[in-house]
Amino acid sequence: MSSRSFAIGLGSTPKRVLPGFGLSLGISLTFVSLMLLLPMTGLFGQLAGLSLAEYWAIITNERVVASYVVTIGAAAVAAIVNAAFGLLLAWVLVRYTFPGKRLLDALMDLPFALPTAVAGITLATLYSSNGWMGQLLEPLGLQVAYTWVGIALAMSFTSIPFVVRTVQPVLEDMPNEMDEAALTLGASDFTGFRRVILPHLWPALVTGTGLAFVRSLGEFGAIIFIAGNMPYETEITALMIFVRLQEYDYAGASAIASVVLFVSLALLLAINIWQGRFIKRLHGGHG
Amino acid sequence: MQRIGDGVAVRRLLIGAAVVLAALFLLLPLVAIFAQAFARGIDVFWANVTNHYTLAAIQLTLFIAVLTIPVCLVFGVALAWLVTRFRFPGRRILQTLIDIPFAVSPVVAGLVYLLLYGRTGWLGSWLDGHDIQLMFAWPGILLVTIFVTCPFVARELIPLMQAQGSREEEAAVTLGAPGWTIFRRVTLPNIRWALLYGVILTNARAVGEFGAVSVVSGAIRGQTNTLPLHLEQLYQDYNTVGAFASASLLALIALLTLVAKAGLEWRAARREVHP
Amino acid sequence: MSIRLHEIGKHFGRTQALEPIDLDIAEGELVGLLGPSGSGKTTLLRIIAGLETADNVAGARILFGERDVTHLHVRDRRIGFVFQHYALFRHMTVFDNVAFGLTVMPRKSRPSSGEIRSRVHRLLEMVKLEHMAHRYPAQLSGGQQQRVSLARALALRPDVLLLDEPFGALDAKVRQELRRWLRHLHDELNFTSLFVTHDQEEALELSDRVVVMSNGRIEQIDTPDELYRHPANRFVFEFLGDVNHLEGTVRDGVLTCGDASLAVDLEDGPEELLLRPHELELAPSATQHAHLPVCVTAISPVGAEVRVELEADWLGEPWLATVSHADYERLHLTRGTRLYAIPRRWHRFPDERTQQTAPTPETVS
Repeated sequence: MSSRSFAIGLGSTPKRVLPGFGLSLGISLTFVSLMLLLPMTGLFGQLAGLSLAEYWAIITNERVVASYVVTIGAAAVAAIVNAAFGLLLAWVLVRYTFPGKRLLDALMDLPFALPTAVAGITLATLYSSNGWMGQLLEPLGLQVAYTWVGIALAMSFTSIPFVVRTVQPVLEDMPNEMDEAALTLGASDFTGFRRVILPHLWPALVTGTGLAFVRSLGEFGAIIFIAGNMPYETEITALMIFVRLQEYDYAGASAIASVVLFVSLALLLAINIWQGRFIKRLHGGHG
Repeated sequence: MQRIGDGVAVRRLLIGAAVVLAALFLLLPLVAIFAQAFARGIDVFWANVTNHYTLAAIQLTLFIAVLTIPVCLVFGVALAWLVTRFRFPGRRILQTLIDIPFAVSPVVAGLVYLLLYGRTGWLGSWLDGHDIQLMFAWPGILLVTIFVTCPFVARELIPLMQAQGSREEEAAVTLGAPGWTIFRRVTLPNIRWALLYGVILTNARAVGEFGAVSVVSGAIRGQTNTLPLHLEQLYQDYNTVGAFASASLLALIALLTLVAKAGLEWRAARREVHP
Repeated sequence: MSIRLHEIGKHFGRTQALEPIDLDIAEGELVGLLGPSGSGKTTLLRIIAGLETADNVAGARILFGERDVTHLHVRDRRIGFVFQHYALFRHMTVFDNVAFGLTVMPRKSRPSSGEIRSRVHRLLEMVKLEHMAHRYPAQLSGGQQQRVSLARALALRPDVLLLDEPFGALDAKVRQELRRWLRHLHDELNFTSLFVTHDQEEALELSDRVVVMSNGRIEQIDTPDELYRHPANRFVFEFLGDVNHLEGTVRDGVLTCGDASLAVDLEDGPEELLLRPHELELAPSATQHAHLPVCVTAISPVGAEVRVELEADWLGEPWLATVSHADYERLHLTRGTRLYAIPRRWHRFPDERTQQTAPTPETVS
């Protein structure tokens, strides 16, 4: 998620040639403080009112723990499915030409552009017992709506672009000589893909899948319509926060939110660090 | 040219699989939205769209978007200018900070605003004393919408401006151009398409935000209901056609966003071929 | 193993990248494909490798020894290929890169892992990189990477080694060193090699024979020595080194051009003569045969000789002459010195119509 920047010595700030440093710094800092940092104080203020035991009791409440299991489990399934599906889509979009390719490419951004609530009611309608997909799947014994499968489906829908759009540019930039070198050395399609192409895409694939996973953990609008929201069974953590809020239990909502927040940010950080290491190995440095 | 996976059978199999899966997974929902919206004919659709509460929701949604865009634009441009044109301590941290809204669950985003500006929050209780209510009213919706959309413009601009470097602006400085002129005459022409795409994305997200808005809006029909909240209520009331009528309006905006993106990308690709 | 090409041509869309070509390369030969960019040399190499397919015409054949590989996939041709930008697998160590070809062999024919290890170590020893076995490509210099790439290509003991501008991305000094080293390796292991280059010095220094190409055609195939002495046509002559042009009209055995004149044994009419810089002598006075007044405009003492740039009113483009340091000092050359150029030798390639006739290098004085 971070754009790479060039190493600089912090001490050696040359005289600034371009104008607007003060103005842009002022606007940026004001905005970041007021819009991003100040609201966080509300959360920590609320948490400060809780004792450690109370906090622990809230976040380990049986129903809440069940929601973690549902959320993480479904997000993991969605991420794994997306890794495979996203890789397939990116591969097809980069490597082949076929009629309708531009349309397929444009369609990849749909989940980002489509409001999550719209995706939510649409998926719920499609996969309910009398929906287009539900009618097909239920006789096969696959109940999607109001089960964790539906939750995973909604998560997968909203986060598939992360994988496609992270892998696609890396695959595009991959020099053709990699394929050719593997082929001249006698590799079959499958071996060549597994031993040469996949390792090349690995950092992007893991990053994209990781981002998709993080996004799925926090997703709300797309899921609640299809989930059925049965306590202990199909209730996601984001909904737990919402439920606590409707009960005016602000402390409870904050405690659970802090867990979600912490996990998301920690994962994001982990992805960034891991990616940095990998890039270092491929592009030089010692190790 | 020989490449891995270029055999006819492999190619057909993979293209086929990708197209079928994408059609089922991505295209079918899109079709379903419009099919449901028009399920009982165009008259019912029209009646639902022009319904008083729907119109109020449309109005509020557009109002919020219109206010959000300039704020995000100013912030995005200022931040992109700052981090790509200057080196200063804390630059990396600032760049990381603006990714927070992407990583934070929208419900959590709504919650932190509610905690701060709600009646129980320290800032909220002070505001309440002065008879200013931000939460469960449009200002609250605006604030959380700005929160969730603020990275888009900056994220579009930063990689581009980093790649372009600051040589052109430096040349303009040596020619004696004043600051604002440099931005308007040198920088802006180079970044205008990325800027436009950033605005389009901001707009798409602003009109569609659900999780964060649902926490702070209070969802009062005709007053603090945005279009996504409105369609949720209709859906919960088993008014499927009504819900999908509203959904189809939002889907239309999403489609326009995709078209705009494809158009801008096509433009960029063409400019690369014929510089 | 010998390589024989018959009627091998290539179209990309409507443009003809390669006119149908016949080419025989003997077993154990080291042959250079030389030409400017766009001459079709890389296309030809890639067709031999199987990375491109030749136009599918009835007579098109590629034979490795007695084996017809025309329709074989690249992975079944058993060639070694070295890429200009090394194309090492960046996520694998040097060892794994070299071992790759062996480890992807079908299980039945694959050597044991112990044997793979010893073979890779022998290869790394050969390219003098044993101590780098566990490094990643990014930690190696360009020259080292190209050596790894070569070891990787040789791991499968190919009958044919193909190299696409193998030293193109390296700096001059490393290039020199690798060139000598490749020649040595070739003589030792005795495989058939074909390499592409646009650097005439490289082609002439390294090859047993050179194939000069331009515009998708073979212009000449010869040993470096023959090529330099008897260029088949004007293109080959001009491509193999610096050339000075002298255009004028011949009348009664004298070519004149402005106030310059040169005695030539040619028929009357317009003529263009070509002169190599090292075939020009500089003297303080004209001779009976040559009256070519010039003025020194630039001097650069490079290596063993001194390059002198010459201009004159009768010259379209400046001439270049190379003189020994001894001559340079004897003549007291400085910018602005006026003196006379005296050709020891000149060449002419009568126009396109008669290009097929033998070249006629001549000697004056």
